[in-house]
Amino acid sequence: MNKLSVNINSKQFSSADRSTPRQVIANLQLELSNNEFVCMIGPSGCGKTSLLNIIAGLDHDFDGRVTINNASSTLKTSYIFQTPRLLPWRTVLENIQLASNNPVADTQEIIQLLADLGLQNSLHSYPQQLSLGMQRRVALARGFCTHSDILLMDEPFVSLDPPTARKARSLLLKLWREQPRNILFVTHDIDEAIQLADRLLFVSESPSHILASIKIDMPRAERTPLAINNFKQQLKTHSDNISALI
Amino acid sequence: MSRFPILNPIFSLSLLLAIWQTLAITIDSPILPSPLLVLNTLISAIHSGELPHHLGVTLYRLSISFFLAMLLGTAIGLILGRHKSANNFFDSWLIILLNIPALVTIILCYIWFGLIETAAIFAVVINKLPNVIVTIREGARNLDEQLIEMAKAYQFSRLNTLRHVILPQLYPYIMASARTGLALIWKIVLVVEMLGRSDGMGYQIHLFFQLFDITSIMAYTVSFIIVIQFIEMMILKPLDKKSQSWK
Repeated sequence: MNKLSVNINSKQFSSADRSTPRQVIANLQLELSNNEFVCMIGPSGCGKTSLLNIIAGLDHDFDGRVTINNASSTLKTSYIFQTPRLLPWRTVLENIQLASNNPVADTQEIIQLLADLGLQNSLHSYPQQLSLGMQRRVALARGFCTHSDILLMDEPFVSLDPPTARKARSLLLKLWREQPRNILFVTHDIDEAIQLADRLLFVSESPSHILASIKIDMPRAERTPLAINNFKQQLKTHSDNISALI
Repeated sequence: MSRFPILNPIFSLSLLLAIWQTLAITIDSPILPSPLLVLNTLISAIHSGELPHHLGVTLYRLSISFFLAMLLGTAIGLILGRHKSANNFFDSWLIILLNIPALVTIILCYIWFGLIETAAIFAVVINKLPNVIVTIREGARNLDEQLIEMAKAYQFSRLNTLRHVILPQLYPYIMASARTGLALIWKIVLVVEMLGRSDGMGYQIHLFFQLFDITSIMAYTVSFIIVIQFIEMMILKPLDKKSQSWK
């Protein structure tokens, strides 16, 4: 069930002088299934955003395949970007309604979700009237209101102050528990990754491929800062090529 | 003056009228009739039904060619702004169209299609179209790619992308070309009417020119200005306000 397979042989960008195209991804394979929460960690500029764009179908110029359930069924994605990317000329509610591909997910459901995220008083506000933290919560709601096979998240909590980010993370986990789905979450922050994920994926420098895939068996309730730190120390001894990323 | 914003335009308009009146009195010649005389002529022209008829015909031509030019221009401008190869190919056509004198297109249209209504409107559209295209193309080049990606990632339909993502961003460009367009089309419609139509403001003004009836020319011009002000205040300004409400 909802098994996503990504198999990218090569993704190149033509460089400015055109003589040598720059290869950003090479031989990268990954799989997600059973509503798994996967965090992806890698050095900056390693092509993580390129990978997300490929999975989201924004970029077709690559060599490889992205499939769902081994079948020819079309992959439905939702994408939470680094910046909220809300339409400034539409209200919070309209922004979510527009993105929601499921007419059955009626307004009442969306309003309920927004209320859960503490946005019940901002339904008819325009994004500019909200703080960045609130805009990110709206973007989160938009991601979850869309029925999708996979939710892609590209450092969605970067540039939030620590308490707001902490709150946003627990909201994310709460939403995911209520509406389970595959999540591929890109981050720089190893603590954040350990706190959230079922599994960690470490990605190499560009041209990027998967260095290691590590399951986290610890229940989320036990992931205290101390436990996260211990886990991190274990990871460092795990292998040389990922210790640089921690 | 900022405390009395209404005073500013009224004051400046009165000043203009005062200058006109003073000049008319000093020159004291039929070349420059006084404002009062022009107003009288305007009222009697309205009463006789002559001015409403010709103004109506001109407004009809104006609105049809305006909407055609805006619609086509926005569509073509959007395509050229979004597709580099199309733009490279058609750019030279656009420059040619932009630089053909209005008079030439008008005369050619009359020669090719005959002295008919379609030729008149077509000539006006051809004159306005390239300006709209250039403005909208500029807007289409400045579209926010991040929002377009978002729309793609969430599988917006083409119509929704156009309505909710692209058009709101093009709005300032559309308004700008509507404003300049209205002014330009007025001027061209009059020439078109003068050259090949037997009604409309352009035809009338040409007639008054032959009769050397300067008062009537000015009366018609004033009626014009009033209509344009009306369009600005009643249609364009409220549209501006409505579209900016989110800011």
